[in-house]
Amino acid sequence: MDLVKQIGADQIRTDLPQLNVGDSARVYIKVKEGARERIQMFEGIIIKKNHGGISATFTVRRVSYGVGVEKTFPVNSPNIDRIEIIRKGKVRRAKLYYLRDRVGKAAKVKQRL
Amino acid sequence: MQKAILARKLGMTQIFDEVGRLIPVTVVEAGPNAVVQKKTVENDGYSAVQVGFIDLADKKTNKPRKGHFSKAGVAPKKYLKEFRLDSTDGLNVGDEIKADVFADGDKIDVTGVTKGKGFAGTVKRWGTHRGPMTHGSGYHRGPGSMGACSSPGRVMKGKKLPGHLGVEKVTIQNLTIIKVDADKNLILVRGGVPGPKNGLLIIKNTVKGRK
Repeated sequence: MDLVKQIGADQIRTDLPQLNVGDSARVYIKVKEGARERIQMFEGIIIKKNHGGISATFTVRRVSYGVGVEKTFPVNSPNIDRIEIIRKGKVRRAKLYYLRDRVGKAAKVKQRL
Repeated sequence: MQKAILARKLGMTQIFDEVGRLIPVTVVEAGPNAVVQKKTVENDGYSAVQVGFIDLADKKTNKPRKGHFSKAGVAPKKYLKEFRLDSTDGLNVGDEIKADVFADGDKIDVTGVTKGKGFAGTVKRWGTHRGPMTHGSGYHRGPGSMGACSSPGRVMKGKKLPGHLGVEKVTIQNLTIIKVDADKNLILVRGGVPGPKNGLLIIKNTVKGRK
């Protein structure tokens, strides 16, 4: 392996489940408030995965009180406590940007069984 | 300058710090540098050390250079550079300078030769604005006005014009060392450094904030 990829290879996380575009996921994030640390949950559909290796990220989209919210997380971030895959999606695209233009029932992703 | 080293840029990546922030880093192979020659005030009028970096095949070294290296008892090197250090007492001919002269958190200046961009226009070379691309403008990426009329009757000095861009010696000051790997002779520098991958870099402790 080349030397650049070896940097941070020990920081790559292997404890997380396989993430696929279209899956519905619950991401549990560690939030520091002063000295206290609590866990915050963000639930939605994974609409894209970007980059590779240590730099890999994924974006979760949900509609909250009628407003679309997207959060991008580094996959290997130590601030992610755990990720739960609730539902696997059946999609034909790598990036589900079309969901941004859709509301309600049209914004659904078929389930992969 | 207290310490300096010749290095080679390997590429960029990211790592997480202790708080979990993702930090952009440049991976640099720093050393081992071999001391090839010591210049002294008595002999040369100033004191400095000449160091070599990256081993070179025997057949790629010419005879005068071979003689220079064999005199020092050092294998032929690709690059030779001189450092005028504050004190050269601790260094002798044949010694090796390794990445561990620097430590985590040190502030450094990194010198390199930037990537060549060829003959570039003013938009790329000087960051000038471009004209409207539509609405019948007809003026897109030009250099702009050359100045007034018969007075002064010439183009002012310093007018930003197209020309060659890149392949220029550039020093980025006050960069932070995130991590030093003494075994592999690697230094992780926060942010970018000038030049292409495998380009030669000179790393010195920074001139900023020195009293």
